[in-house]
Amino acid sequence: MTALSTNAHHVDARHDVRMRVAQILLMAALVLTVGKGVLPEGLVRPPAWMVWPFADWINAFFDFLRDDLGLIHVTRAFADGVEWLLDITANLLYGKNRWPRLGPIPWSVIAITAAMIGYYLSGWRLAMFAGLTFVWVAVMGQWEWTMETLSVIIVAAPLSILLGLVFGTMAWRSAGFRMVLNPLLNVAQSLPHFAYMIPVVVFIGVGPKAGAIVTIIFSVPPMIRMTLLGLQKVPPEVVEAGHMAGATRWQLLRHVRLPTARTEILVGVNQVIMQCLAMVVLASFIGMPGLGQKLLQLLQALKIGRSIEIGITIVLLAVMLDRCSKAWATRQPEHIEKGTSWLIRHRLLLVWAVLVGVFWGLSLMFPVLHEIGRRDAFSLADPLDAMMDWVIMVLDPVTQWLRWFLIVWVLIPLRDAMLWLPFSAVLVFLMAVGWAVGGRRSALICLAYFGLIAMTGWWDRAMITVYTVTFAVFLATLIGFPLGIWGSRSESRARAVLLICDTLQTFPSFIYLIPVIMLFGVNDVAVVGAVVLFAAVPLIRYTIEGLRNVPVAQIEAANMSGASRRQTLWSVRLPLALPTIMVGVNQSVMFSLFMVIIAAFIGTQDLGQEMQRALSSSDVGKGLVLGLAVAFMGLMVDHLITVWANRRRKALGLET
Amino acid sequence: MRTKVIMSAAVLAVSSATASFAEDSSDPIIIPTHNWSSQIVMSHVVGQIFESMGNSVEYVSTDSQAVYESVRLGDVTLELEVWEGAFGPSFEAALAKGGLHDVGDHDAVTREDWWYPEWTKESCPGLPDWEALNACAELFATPETGDKGRFLGGPVDWLKHDQERVDALGMNFVVVNAGSASALWAEVAAAERDKRPVVIFNWTPNFVEALYPGEFVEFPTYSEGCKTDPAVGPNPSATYDCGNPANGYLKKAAWDGMKDKWPNAYSVLEKISFTNPQIAEMAKLVDIDEFEPEDAAAEWLEQNEAIWKPWVEGGA
Repeated sequence: MTALSTNAHHVDARHDVRMRVAQILLMAALVLTVGKGVLPEGLVRPPAWMVWPFADWINAFFDFLRDDLGLIHVTRAFADGVEWLLDITANLLYGKNRWPRLGPIPWSVIAITAAMIGYYLSGWRLAMFAGLTFVWVAVMGQWEWTMETLSVIIVAAPLSILLGLVFGTMAWRSAGFRMVLNPLLNVAQSLPHFAYMIPVVVFIGVGPKAGAIVTIIFSVPPMIRMTLLGLQKVPPEVVEAGHMAGATRWQLLRHVRLPTARTEILVGVNQVIMQCLAMVVLASFIGMPGLGQKLLQLLQALKIGRSIEIGITIVLLAVMLDRCSKAWATRQPEHIEKGTSWLIRHRLLLVWAVLVGVFWGLSLMFPVLHEIGRRDAFSLADPLDAMMDWVIMVLDPVTQWLRWFLIVWVLIPLRDAMLWLPFSAVLVFLMAVGWAVGGRRSALICLAYFGLIAMTGWWDRAMITVYTVTFAVFLATLIGFPLGIWGSRSESRARAVLLICDTLQTFPSFIYLIPVIMLFGVNDVAVVGAVVLFAAVPLIRYTIEGLRNVPVAQIEAANMSGASRRQTLWSVRLPLALPTIMVGVNQSVMFSLFMVIIAAFIGTQDLGQEMQRALSSSDVGKGLVLGLAVAFMGLMVDHLITVWANRRRKALGLET
Repeated sequence: MRTKVIMSAAVLAVSSATASFAEDSSDPIIIPTHNWSSQIVMSHVVGQIFESMGNSVEYVSTDSQAVYESVRLGDVTLELEVWEGAFGPSFEAALAKGGLHDVGDHDAVTREDWWYPEWTKESCPGLPDWEALNACAELFATPETGDKGRFLGGPVDWLKHDQERVDALGMNFVVVNAGSASALWAEVAAAERDKRPVVIFNWTPNFVEALYPGEFVEFPTYSEGCKTDPAVGPNPSATYDCGNPANGYLKKAAWDGMKDKWPNAYSVLEKISFTNPQIAEMAKLVDIDEFEPEDAAAEWLEQNEAIWKPWVEGGA
């Protein structure tokens, strides 16, 4: 007992010291800010000696890799291999003139195949959903584009899963490899997509193969992480049993460890599929054909209705693949009696083969079952456009005022203030925050991340990004938090709100940009508006999850002591859910950082705009430096929130 | 319909191929497409002409600035729309590095400059003169520009020097850069609802002309040296005190290896030349008539045999 109390006392004392240091640092930041007038120039903006030519170094390094080491031959050979696979799927799905020259497969055959897979994995409902998704695609005249997209995903996703398994297993085997891999994965997952694309253009070129490779790079990190997590969680008893059965190391991995880690690995598979679909539009910047490319063309011609149709298709595909992979994850291996005849064991396969034959035959007789041309297709574009016009017309008076108010009274002053701040004051302030949250180590981490940003020479632009993201996350909290509380009240509400969240998240973000400009014009309000739409999603999701997962016993205890609903919410449920909600805030920051880069297509003066320039001039060094600057912001927030949430969880006794 | 065009052209190609010296490689000719409709249709038109000669063709969508790097490396074979204003610098840079070359100009001329939709003229009747525009600057004011007018320019990487022009001519305008062409059109579409006056960056030939009729602002006429020599132009102490050239080039570019690998296709490419109305027609087929680009190209080829057949016949 005494030991416990001294321990608590010790923790308190440490907390006090931490706060004192943080206060001192905060005062220092304040002094630097107030005294800006008398500060030497070198403390206001990073002096010339501090700005290092990272971009040139990276470019020199890449030139060396490419030309002197001849890495380009290796990457191109790998790309040719990928291209060979892509050609096969492209031929089968949309009849590209390549080996094996069998395709295109009629749409009705693919739809029935999808339905059968759905039935096999989960039952009638998934069968209907999967089949109807492809019917929708065909009837809307999007067949060819969708097949172009799928032909890449079908190659990229399995390769990504395979690579993820290999790297994940290697990381699990060797602590050294894990130490190298972990920071790389952290950076990779917070690096904006465009930063990846420039080196891919240089090393691989453009076209479907580049699209596939960018998709693989983007989708592999979660797979590696989940594989590693799954393997680490395998109970020693299971491995012991494998040993006793005399399994070799490889057999142990193949037949014992990996199957036991099945759940985590399949979550990874699901993540890979979702990430692949998220890349559909972005990868078309470097030549991935299909839905994404079409979407950008339609947006360029201001055809909102038809772009929304494509957006719906992407969401349907995502939901379908998500459901299928989840069904696969939860499906238990079937146990079949010995001696069951081949026919019965494979009856679904037979039904499928017969159906394929029937539909293939039918499609030869009725061409409409083979291919539906764009001319014969349905379109929802007109009602969608009309609806869009109506929404904009109704909102217009409000947004005109809002636009004026936000720009004149909030955004411009905020932005000017951010740009006015001496960089030294910002650094010291971040150290204060770091120290308050996690002591000296966190303070140094904050300093390192933002110090590096200062050293890139993009300080002003980085500050504009910080200002946009901060304000957007603030607004997203104002919207997402109450919505999350409202949504957590009942199971059915929660499910409805989460469904909307999923849809918003998979709907291609580029489509939001046009209506947002129509409402607000080309300015920061439009940028913030687009970012908020995205940033609110994780906040709502985690608020709901946090509130719904509060232990029932705690709530009952509160009810018994006569607390009102409001009291229970504010004094019991929210504090207990706060660590989870903060994970939502963390995600929200990440989403904002991704979206703010895409919002450069509206028109910004931040890092995103420079990133766009780097992409169009294929400047690898500049692109990576800018990408890293964005990643560092994300990583700093991630670090602070993780440290804080862990401490909080411990204090609440939620986890050890 | 498309097959018919190809068939008839294939007959032609076969009959003329006997006269050619070298065979084209059977590897596909890779044609890049970008995100505006005239370029996509033109690429398919040329691609279908090549196909009619027995070549295989593939299309790949790429960024319109980064494409020159790809042409240079031979990843894509050619580029059909090199706009002087928009892509001149990227093209010149790639040209200097080597690997691609200029295959001549189209008849079409391009113009890129400040532009307004026609309803703007109602509230500012002195247009298209630039001084009249400057006099109505406050009509174009927005919250972020205060009482100065706002000019919505293209993305910064298009390097239009609008700010320099505003300074050189002492205009009462603030330049705001949109992030993409879509953002420009979205502004015009939004302005149309309440007929709000706007002045944006625009170019011709372009599908927007068909959706929203309008005019270019007439700045002091461009003359050689205006962008480099302060003495040229109305302001003796500043550069960029003039409009953009009203007749910029529209070039074709090709990978250096194309000439040897596909000699027949290359000789056709040399002859290909489109005019402004032809390009506008291609864009219209997609943007207004809602054809898919490949169908639009087939349609165009069918209706304009007189234009493209001589290129193929004379080529062999």
